Amino acid sequence: MLKRALPALGVVLLLVATWWICVVVTHSPIFPTPLAVVTATLELLRDGTLWDHIGASLFRVAAGFLIAVLVAVPLGLWMGWVQGAFRTFNPIVQLLRPISPIAWIPIAILWFGVGDASPIFLIFLSSVFPLVVQTVTGVHTIERQYLRAAENFGVSRRKLFVQVVIPAALPQIIVGMRIALGVAWLVVVAAEMIALHSGLGYLIIDSRNAGNRYDLVVAGMVIIGVTGLLLDTMMRRMEGLRVVRWRYAR
Amino acid sequence: MPAKIVADGIRKSYANGNGTLPVIAGIDLAVADGEFVAIVGPSGCGKTTLLNILAGFDRPDRGSVKIDGAVRGGPSRKGIVISQRGSVFPWLTVEQNLYFGLNGHDPDRKSRADHYLGLVGLRGFERGYAHELSGGMLKRVELARALVVRPEILYMDEPFSALDALTSLRTRIEVLRILDEERHTCVLITHDVEEAIHMADRIVVLSPRPATIQAVFDVPLSRPRDLGSREAATLKASILREFGL
Repeated sequence: MLKRALPALGVVLLLVATWWICVVVTHSPIFPTPLAVVTATLELLRDGTLWDHIGASLFRVAAGFLIAVLVAVPLGLWMGWVQGAFRTFNPIVQLLRPISPIAWIPIAILWFGVGDASPIFLIFLSSVFPLVVQTVTGVHTIERQYLRAAENFGVSRRKLFVQVVIPAALPQIIVGMRIALGVAWLVVVAAEMIALHSGLGYLIIDSRNAGNRYDLVVAGMVIIGVTGLLLDTMMRRMEGLRVVRWRYAR
Repeated sequence: MPAKIVADGIRKSYANGNGTLPVIAGIDLAVADGEFVAIVGPSGCGKTTLLNILAGFDRPDRGSVKIDGAVRGGPSRKGIVISQRGSVFPWLTVEQNLYFGLNGHDPDRKSRADHYLGLVGLRGFERGYAHELSGGMLKRVELARALVVRPEILYMDEPFSALDALTSLRTRIEVLRILDEERHTCVLITHDVEEAIHMADRIVVLSPRPATIQAVFDVPLSRPRDLGSREAATLKASILREFGL
């Protein structure tokens, strides 16, 4: 385990070293050294604001993402299963999907103001489309022999859905959830840069505006990266579930 | 014996780029109750299409299929298909696969599933998943899942061809032993003449596409069959002659 993580760790150390050397050599008055970033992080930890920012961002992501799951999975299953639903909804999904959630910021502020609702709405927008698309793909790629077997045994529609369609599409749905959560985390930080008074995005913009505290800016960036990694690791664990392992090669 | 399956004047063609491609050009076939019929033919001759029509997954352009005298509408649990690719649900355990075709409220579904798992020699693997089993074991799960709903007909579409030679033979012997215990009407599609001689009461040889019945052979060998016997070898030779070999 440790041996396998060693090369990755080496790359991180090399990057940090290069960064440090560059800052020292260029005598940059603003750009922080790694040590300054660690000190800044400890400062945030000590006054307790770090957890507030992380908590605020995570709350918005969780809310927007959960609403997206509740909307996208049923919609995707329906669109995947019923040809008419696909023809009706797919064009609008494909039309809205390429619009960056960042482009929605002005409209979000107009509709929802600058409270929590705006970033939650933006997170929802960013998560819902990849999840719909993956769920539809999941249903469309169900191998025919399974549907035929179900038809052969003459089971009820309910049983067909619960025991064949949904579990067969589940691996793709989980992939969709991973993608969606990744995008959601990207977007929450961007959304928080616009307004509000908490969250990691706010921390970054506020630190820059309030006296060029670039040590705090970089600290915020590192924390975003680490949190994103943890979220992805969590989602990855779902791929290890026994009911979906059949679909993944490893 | 009364006829279980009667196919009458089956014709089928598929549309392709420039017109229609005739696949089956008139097949009449009657399978008696409890009989084991093997259908052999060159690859691409329409064997699988014929089986799909018999099992109700495909409709003939002309002609009809009657099961017990009634015209076949669609697939039904009276006749279960066992295919080459296999259709054991990989997201369900072995036991859940066996329960799939049974009514959830059936009080003795547990004992029924248990009985058939024992019959195919898979007791102890109830909680296993498909990707944890070997190809031969999967075939046996599929067979048990079919048998547990007490079908009257088993349709087998090259069920052993994805297995290695030894596993294929072993599974064949296993299936024959089970069919000895409970008699089902069986239709086997295969390109393996030896497999047909090993298992069937009657062998139907199809012509190249569009398929018609080219020859029919009764298999007069007693069971269990000795494939090394002179009778088996003679029969094999005359069937292969139908293929021009």
